Amino acid sequence: MNWEVIIKWFPRLLEGAGLTLELVAISVVAGLLLAIPLGIARSSAHWYVRALPYGYIFFFRGTPLLVQLFLVYYGVAQFDAIRHGPLWPYLRDPFWCAVITMTLHTAAYIAEILRGAIQAIPPGEIEAARALGMSKWQTLFYIVMPRATRIGLPAYSNEVILMLKASALASTITLLDLTGMARTIIARTYLPVEIFFAAGMLYLLIAYILVRAFKVLEHKLRVDASQQGR
Amino acid sequence: MIDLHGFGPALAAGTLMTIKLALTALAIGLVLGLSGALAKTSQNPILSTIGGLYSTIVRGVPELLWVLLMYFGTVNLMRALGQWLGMPQLELSAFAAGSIALGLCFGAYATEVFRGALLAIPRGHREAGQALGMSRPRIFWRIILPQMWRIALPGLGNLFMILMKDTALVSVIGLEEIMRRSQIAVTATKEPFTFFLVAAFIYLGLTVIAMTAMHFLERRAARGFVRSA
Repeated sequence: MNWEVIIKWFPRLLEGAGLTLELVAISVVAGLLLAIPLGIARSSAHWYVRALPYGYIFFFRGTPLLVQLFLVYYGVAQFDAIRHGPLWPYLRDPFWCAVITMTLHTAAYIAEILRGAIQAIPPGEIEAARALGMSKWQTLFYIVMPRATRIGLPAYSNEVILMLKASALASTITLLDLTGMARTIIARTYLPVEIFFAAGMLYLLIAYILVRAFKVLEHKLRVDASQQGR
Repeated sequence: MIDLHGFGPALAAGTLMTIKLALTALAIGLVLGLSGALAKTSQNPILSTIGGLYSTIVRGVPELLWVLLMYFGTVNLMRALGQWLGMPQLELSAFAAGSIALGLCFGAYATEVFRGALLAIPRGHREAGQALGMSRPRIFWRIILPQMWRIALPGLGNLFMILMKDTALVSVIGLEEIMRRSQIAVTATKEPFTFFLVAAFIYLGLTVIAMTAMHFLERRAARGFVRSA
């Protein structure tokens, strides 16, 4: 193991890690916002409300992220209307393509998590809210969503870790994220084992920090635990 | 109908390659997962540490990085091994590197699934085997493993769906599976959207087939456990 090379290129790897974090942060937050209406519609009692989110989730969960990434990055350029449209400056940029694809991808998974969380809420709690005279929307905002947040949080933290790992695919559309940076450095130094090892350790470190942070958040949001302390 | 410009057979061959890759990685991953679970639940502290490290480290690093590391990182190692065996040209093919890397990742997740299943089997079953005078390997093969299968199957099914989608990553190291074949077709026809969409639908089809197969396997494994209600 050639440690000098690792130390020499470490600042560049950190730069890549910065881009990785940026990609993950934007996509999991935007994905969550997109997933909230999707998840609520997905758990609707009416089939015509359920159908569209179901198709969306089925497509994005059933195909590899790499295909989706290529569809957005290379695929949309096939249409002249898009090439001359107002969105082209964004769709030409690999960064925005990665952000768009990862957001759409993770939104499908988060919507499924939300649906599971919404369906896991004991029906008695919703009935209680209705019995107290809350409207359907009030029930949704004051009872269902806060409860679903707590139930779904562990699964959401898993999804964030999965997106951290999925962000490595951004390197295939020329972005210099942690993996992309590692590949570039290897092309210069011909030392794949050392550089991939260092990159892998950085991923592990980021994942570890994220897991810790979510543990703290979970603890903060646990209502029953905080009440026991009184 | 979509015009494939004569790339249909190439895509079909790619699909076959994807299936072969997924099944090879599955076989490697099942062995690794079962070994990992046995190591992690072992009373031997060294074995349980190895099992824990395996599942933690492999799950924390992107699959793409494993694929790249397995392909580009093993060149020197294989050359040394080849020299020792008298075969200087020895190297891992893209297929071998891809299936080992994906198997490694599948195995790390399967370790947790198998461990859960192992812990879900009541202790009384093991004790009953001991009371009947069965040896430890025999208890494992005849009593524990068949029951683990039923409990672990849904989890393994999910992992297999993930594995099948991860096979697309192996296109990065040049294996001619669905993605690589589509990329070749795109270079020739300049129709990226068409071909990547076709690739997406092939993956969707494979997922649906795998889901159906899992449904039947789960039903078969749950024989005698189906509630009458």
